[in-house]
Amino acid sequence: MIPGISITEVLTLSSILFFIGVYGFMTRTNLISVLISVELILNASVINFVMINKYLFPELLQGVVYSIFIIAVAAAETALAVAIIFNLYKQVSSVAVRETETMKY
Amino acid sequence: MNIGYLLLVPLIPLLVFLLLGVFNKRITPAVSGLIGVAGLAVSTGLSYYAAFQYFFVAAKVEGAYQAFVLKGVWMRFTETLHIDMGLLIDPISVMMLVVVSTISLMVHIYSRGYMKGDAGYTRFFAFLSLFTFSMYGLVLATNLFQIYIFWELVGVSSFLLIGYYYTKHSAVAAAKKAFIVTRFADFGFLIGILIIGFYTGTFDFESLNDPQGPAILHWASTSFMGLSAISWALILMFMGGAGKSALFPLHIWLPDAMEGPTPVSALIHAATMVVAGVYLVARLFPLYFFVDEGFVLQIVAYVGAFSSLFAAIIAITQTDIKRILAFSTMSQIGFMMMALGVSGFAGHEGIGYMASMFHLFTHAMFKALLFLGAGSVIHAVHSNNLLQMGGLRNYMPITNITFLIAALAIAGVPPLAGFWSKDEILVAAFAASPLIYGIGVVVAGLTAFYMFRLYFGIFWGKETRYAHAPHESPLSMTGPLLVLAVLSAVVGFIPFSQFVAADRIGFVAQLHWELAGVAVAVGLLGIGLAWRFYKTENALAGRFAQGFGPLYTWASHKFYLDELYLFVTRQLIFKRISAPIAYIDKKWVDGSMEGIGNKTVLIASKIKGLQSGRLQDYAFAFIGGVVLLALVFVYLWTL
Repeated sequence: MIPGISITEVLTLSSILFFIGVYGFMTRTNLISVLISVELILNASVINFVMINKYLFPELLQGVVYSIFIIAVAAAETALAVAIIFNLYKQVSSVAVRETETMKY
Repeated sequence: MNIGYLLLVPLIPLLVFLLLGVFNKRITPAVSGLIGVAGLAVSTGLSYYAAFQYFFVAAKVEGAYQAFVLKGVWMRFTETLHIDMGLLIDPISVMMLVVVSTISLMVHIYSRGYMKGDAGYTRFFAFLSLFTFSMYGLVLATNLFQIYIFWELVGVSSFLLIGYYYTKHSAVAAAKKAFIVTRFADFGFLIGILIIGFYTGTFDFESLNDPQGPAILHWASTSFMGLSAISWALILMFMGGAGKSALFPLHIWLPDAMEGPTPVSALIHAATMVVAGVYLVARLFPLYFFVDEGFVLQIVAYVGAFSSLFAAIIAITQTDIKRILAFSTMSQIGFMMMALGVSGFAGHEGIGYMASMFHLFTHAMFKALLFLGAGSVIHAVHSNNLLQMGGLRNYMPITNITFLIAALAIAGVPPLAGFWSKDEILVAAFAASPLIYGIGVVVAGLTAFYMFRLYFGIFWGKETRYAHAPHESPLSMTGPLLVLAVLSAVVGFIPFSQFVAADRIGFVAQLHWELAGVAVAVGLLGIGLAWRFYKTENALAGRFAQGFGPLYTWASHKFYLDELYLFVTRQLIFKRISAPIAYIDKKWVDGSMEGIGNKTVLIASKIKGLQSGRLQDYAFAFIGGVVLLALVFVYLWTL
């Protein structure tokens, strides 16, 4: 319980963060920006985990533990994604999303 | 009598076939010939041993030879109906074992000389072994399906060997023709087998042939268009036999089959495979005899008699020496069928059956000898054409003598083999019907005439000048000729009727001097005419032929049967039936299938743009879908 702040406000915050992430994921033309957007989405879910744990089951810690897992996984995923982007850059000398379109039918 | 060792008889040639076939390129010709001969020699020894054991050691029960069966179920349909694989040892199968072994061994030895230096030497021996294996299997079969399987196998071996010179167009066409014609006939055989299986519930020879068995006792219980259903099956099976045995009107493949190497003609198309049809009818003889009071046997008799006369007339006019022998084979097989057709069952009445088997036996010896002799001549002269030969007696004494013995044997001159068996056939025919007896006598005369026309044409006649002086063949070829000549001379003295008879009991055959006298007189007349016409070059034969006018032309074109078949197949079947069917198949059946395929491709190329490869399009579709589903579940899915 955080005095003066209701769960609705927190969830609104995380929703806004989530949709900013989604919007960025779909509209950015730069792969790095797309990666940052994915991080935003993940962070929105981390906020949800922590706050819902805090408001609904204050005596338990699962939500908090999960959020640490998510941060760890996100770090690993970022490392991987950056590695992919590096390799892609070596191939096409660009990090634009458009350059990855060749993998189709 | 323990018959387990007889399994080796067919298995050794099979093994040789596999060995020579698999290591075709690695085995030198000399070795492969030796392997083939050695393998077959073992089989032959076992066959002779079995024949000795069967006829002289194993005791008769109640005066009759017993059948020994060794078999295992191979494929089971119902409790009673199943296909077995095994060996059936009875008088005719033992006799056939001896025939096949003897002829095949002689032909193997002969081929070592005849095929020397041929590029496909090992392949040739492999195919010969395959054929011998199949023929043994056919002879020893215990039931209809087993005989059918090996029946097709000998057909394939025959196809392979006729088409042995596969770069020669005529050989390939002949192989194809032989295969298609016999296969067409075998279709009838297969349907016959299925009908028998359906109505009697068994394929087994022993139970089908048992005179007290259900197949024979209850033949009248099913009828179809005035005949017993079993009779129809027997007619269809006879059609298969007629195809294999080159009876009219399914004989057209046999003359063309002479495109194969001559030893093959001797083995397959004279002595063994072509008598498979006779063997089949003999194998089912009790069934043929008892069902519908032997109605089908009359068909067999008349088809046999007609084929015999028909082929003998054509043989007179041919000039290719192998074709003359081919028509002669057809004629003699017709003789055997005729004898089967007029035969009774028990005791002396079964003389036709015994005569047929006897003639099969003797004919195998002297006809193989004739073919091998012809091969020896062809080997020396490098031609098949009778008109290019003459005077060869000076160059090839052994071939000359052996060929003469064979010709005398087939002409029925006593005391050679053909005399005895032909006499028995004529006795049987005389007892049955004057028409058939008359045909038999005429054919006997014609046989003597065309055979000596051939003999005088090759070894006497005009003194032809040859490009290379002909020389006698090597020992590997003359050896078998001499052996077969001895056999052709003496096998007639075997008291055959005591060993092979329809009821397996046997009887003592007597020589009927009046009938034998007529046959010999007619035979000598034929020989005399041939002597007058062909021994020295003269114009008599030509004038004589002209006397027949159109009949001669007709016969020399084999009565235009080939042309008729070609007309029916090419003009009627191909153009009027096959071509429209092909059109429907291509345009409609294939068309609809191809249409489906084409449409699928078309649609696919239209919608493939959806898979754009753009990461963000996919993400958009994904999130759009999630949102849509969320909306549906929240607002519309109200339970």
